Amino acid sequence: MSRFVLCLLALSLALPLAAQNSMPPAPFAYRQLDEPAQEAAAQDLMETLRCLKCQSQSIADSDAPMAGDMRHQVRIRIAAGEDPEAVRAWLVQRYGDYVSYRPEVSAVTWPLFAIPALLVLIAAAVLAGRLRRRQS
Amino acid sequence: MSWRVWLPLFLFAGFLGLAAYQLTQPKDDFVGSGMIGEALPYFDLPAATEGASGAATTDFKDGTPRLLNIWASWCLPCIAEAPQLERLKEAGVPIVGIAIRDRPEDVARFLAQHGNPYTRIARDDLSEVQLAIGSSGVPETFVIDGRGIIRYQHLGDIRESDVPTLLAELEKAR
Repeated sequence: MSRFVLCLLALSLALPLAAQNSMPPAPFAYRQLDEPAQEAAAQDLMETLRCLKCQSQSIADSDAPMAGDMRHQVRIRIAAGEDPEAVRAWLVQRYGDYVSYRPEVSAVTWPLFAIPALLVLIAAAVLAGRLRRRQS
Repeated sequence: MSWRVWLPLFLFAGFLGLAAYQLTQPKDDFVGSGMIGEALPYFDLPAATEGASGAATTDFKDGTPRLLNIWASWCLPCIAEAPQLERLKEAGVPIVGIAIRDRPEDVARFLAQHGNPYTRIARDDLSEVQLAIGSSGVPETFVIDGRGIIRYQHLGDIRESDVPTLLAELEKAR
């Protein structure tokens, strides 16, 4: 019985989400572009853009309505001849690096690239020191 | 035994401490807009429901600061912020609503149930304006100055304690 009530509660909580989906998806949310080269460029870009609602999926993977609307934006912009990187820059201007999955070296992120290289250098130095000591 | 033997252990303990500290920090799920200080992107949207007026960028350039409320009838926190929007309206603030992915009959039902604080309500069926102004969800509220420049963004529903902040930001945008 309590399980039934729980299910009912879960369903009622899901209603607003269902309403969100009651609108038809954006024209190019699920429709590919006619030009294969453009669709491939759009697909590559969409796989490296983060869905803002679901946060751990790319917009290519997500069925969230907002991800569909973002795919629509990507496809119509690329169909209009915009460069994929210009579309990415348009989104990054609005949502910050957060929206892009492609690693970017910037003033904030450079330690992420520098520290592993530094650690490898330190490890190599330690190893070289030990090997030399063992030989002598 | 040299003190250096303990160095890796201390390093590891330091790392654990840092991880523990970061885990106890509250997580911020909000993605702020990068469009603060920028001009409102061009749009011209039709009315979201019968009897309402649509909204366009030009409506924001008459010298009066406004609130731009991104909302939807299917959004639960939007119900929670309805009384606060009502209070802002009573304080004389013009509020332009943009309904995201919404049906006219749902918008009308929401307004009948929770009040209508809006001077204009437009429909954004493709989330185009939402994406253009860097809004990542509903509800969100932007302060737009009289020249159509985005001045401030409030993420999430407006609580009672947020009303003075919004009024102050509107005053600053004057």
